[in-house]
Parts: sequence; C-alpha cells; structure tokens
Amino acid sequence: MRTRLYSLEELEDIPGTKVFNAMRSRQAYHLHKFCMSLMDAANREAFRLDEHAYLDRFRMSPEQKQAVLDRDFNQLIELGGNIYFLVKLSNTDGWSTQKAVGSMTGMTPDEYAAMMRAGGRSIKGNRSIRGKS
Amino acid sequence: MARITAGIATSHVPAIGAAFDLGRSQDAYWKPVFDGYEWVKEFERREDPDVVILCYNDHASAMMLDVVPTFALGCAEEFAPADEGWGPRPVPRVMGDPVLAGHLAEQLVIDEFDMTLMNHLDVDHGLTVPLSLMFGKVEQWPVRVIPLAVNVTQFPTPSAERCWQLGAAIADAVQAYPANLNVQIWGTGGMSHQLQGPRAGLINPEFDNAFLDKLSNQTDDLRKITRLEFLRESGSEGIELIMWLIMRGALGEKVEELHRFYHVPASNTAVGHIVLRPVR
Repeated sequence: MRTRLYSLEELEDIPGTKVFNAMRSRQAYHLHKFCMSLMDAANREAFRLDEHAYLDRFRMSPEQKQAVLDRDFNQLIELGGNIYFLVKLSNTDGWSTQKAVGSMTGMTPDEYAAMMRAGGRSIKGNRSIRGKS
Repeated sequence: MARITAGIATSHVPAIGAAFDLGRSQDAYWKPVFDGYEWVKEFERREDPDVVILCYNDHASAMMLDVVPTFALGCAEEFAPADEGWGPRPVPRVMGDPVLAGHLAEQLVIDEFDMTLMNHLDVDHGLTVPLSLMFGKVEQWPVRVIPLAVNVTQFPTPSAERCWQLGAAIADAVQAYPANLNVQIWGTGGMSHQLQGPRAGLINPEFDNAFLDKLSNQTDDLRKITRLEFLRESGSEGIELIMWLIMRGALGEKVEELHRFYHVPASNTAVGHIVLRPVR
C-alpha cells in the first residue's frame, strides 16, 4: 500500500464544508450543465420566462430542480453542486456572489455583509467537527 | 534568451472586477482595495513585460464540466472574456503567444508534466481581474498572456509540492527559449475564503500572513501544506493559494520582496498581493 498523509475521511471532519470530488461532479453533471447553459444570454431569457419548462430540458433529479426553483444553495451543494457552477444561477438572478454565498449561512444579507466587514468568520471553533477546535 | 524577471501574486475576486467595471473603485468600500494596487501599476509601467504566464483557475466557465484538466495551458492566439452569467466583462481580448506556449507545452511534457493543451479557451474573472488590477483600464492589454489554468475546484487538486515543481520546470523552459523576452509569472487566487455552506465567510488572517511571510525564504514549509490543511485553515476556496506556489517555484531559491498588500474583505475574500524579484 502507498502511504497517505491523511485519510480521506478527514475531509468530512471540516465543519460546514462539502469537498467537491469526482463522484459529486458526476452526481451534479446535469445540474451543472443547466448552470453552464446560463452563460448564454438567450438561455437566461428562456429560463426567466418559464423556469419549470427550461429546467425540464435537463436530466436533473426532481430534488435538484426543486432546489434550483427554491434558490436553496445549501441543498444544491448537498446534491452534488459546486459554487463555481451555481453562481451562474445567482448571476442570472442579478445577485452578488456575496448574496448567494451568504444565503447558505442562515444569516440575512445585511448580517452576513456586516460579518465580512468586521473581518469575516473566525477560524476558531471552525476547524474540526471531532476536535471542536 | 527569455528570462523571468518578476513574480506577482494577487487574489482574483469577481466583485473586484465588477467594482472596476462599474467605476466604483473610489467608493469607501473599494478604495482601500484598489489603493493596494497603485504601487504595482507603476511597477508594471516601468518593467514593461513582454509576456505573462498567468496561473489562474477557471471557475466553471470554460472547463470543469465535461473535462477536468489538472494543468491546462492556453495555446491560442487570443482568448475572449467569458460570459459568467451577466455578460462578458467589458475588457480587451487577451492576446496569447502560441509560439512560446508551444515551446512550454513541449518542454513541460518532456519534463514529466503531462499538460492539457487548450486551443480554444474563454477566460473568466480569474484571469481578467488580475490584468485589470495590474494595468488598469486600457484599450489593449500591454502584454501577451499565456493562461495556465489549474484545477482547484474538484478534489484532489494538485499538491502544493507538485505546483512548486511545475513552477521550477516552467523556469527551465523559459530559460531554454531563444527569443529575448521579459517574462513575468503570476500566481492568482486566494487568500483565505470559503464560498459554500454554513462555514462560508471564513477568513484566517494568521494563516494568510504566515503564508506571505514564508513566501520569500521559508518556502519548504509552504510546500508541505496538505490539501486538508488548506481546506481546514484557509477555507474550501483558499486552496487557490497552491497557484501562488507555481509562481514562487519559478523564481528559484532566492527572491527579494518588493511589495506586499493584505486587506479584508473584498466581498467574501481576504485579498493578498505580493511582488517578488528573483535574486541570482
């Protein structure tokens, strides 16, 4: 066996963090295909016109479609999504990246923006689930 | 003979690009960020580089869906700014250097770096925001650019050590290029930030400042940072800092730090910027 510096399970020990890997990338392939389609102005228009019909063009799971309709970014990440794809959706909505990112924290946009202006979220207590450090 | 004369690192936050494009760089929120780049704009006017090898990551704009290359080299004559969901940035097209890129492609594969070669590549904020920060608002970018896109999105990314070694191989390849060119290498992205989930908004100034401190002459410490440690300490997107190590690896053992800037926040991110000169 080759040696490893740490076991891959340790990646699950970071609080509030999903590590995007090849398996998640495959799970979200059609969701991400939808997100990438929003890089075209005509597609953005078609999506705005009828979100349900537009989403039906893609072989996404019903849960993924619902999470898009709900703009539930935590759920989209739970279902395999990655933020760099998902911001195509929030950009289409005219949201700032900060608004999209902040929506995953349970804070209002103003609360989140204030936290960032005050120096951001501290690393203390946010390193490890097991070690609670 | 071509030579690498400077290494520059900077964050590449999309909101900086938006503030720049919307003429908001003098707003109270943004002014401290843009002020941090006044020094380097003057430096670049003096240095007048011919080519920049620009290490950045594609943010699911041109790749990462159907193909996920670990290291991808842009070999085209030009690269168009990508439409990331709100129209392309109103910045000039980026002119490449296919001859030097072809030389690098050849040399790097011979040196065991099996690069992906991109004959078509739209470039997103990861590449164009650093250009705006270094050169300001221009009709044409004053340099040719060879994009070097690094996978920092899908785990596992290349390791810190692998990035360092790639930088060293780039330095050798540039040195073996016969044309008399003034080449810079830029590492972009970082510093600490996390753009997902309940831990979003994470900033770790202790980690960031230690990274900046060690970038000149304690690089062995930086080469040993694991992916796990980057994710834990600098946030899930802080791992972009491995691209700074390609830049640093290309400068050789000794460098002189010419300029440094650190500021929190720009949107969700800690902004870091450093200018290094190789000492031979």
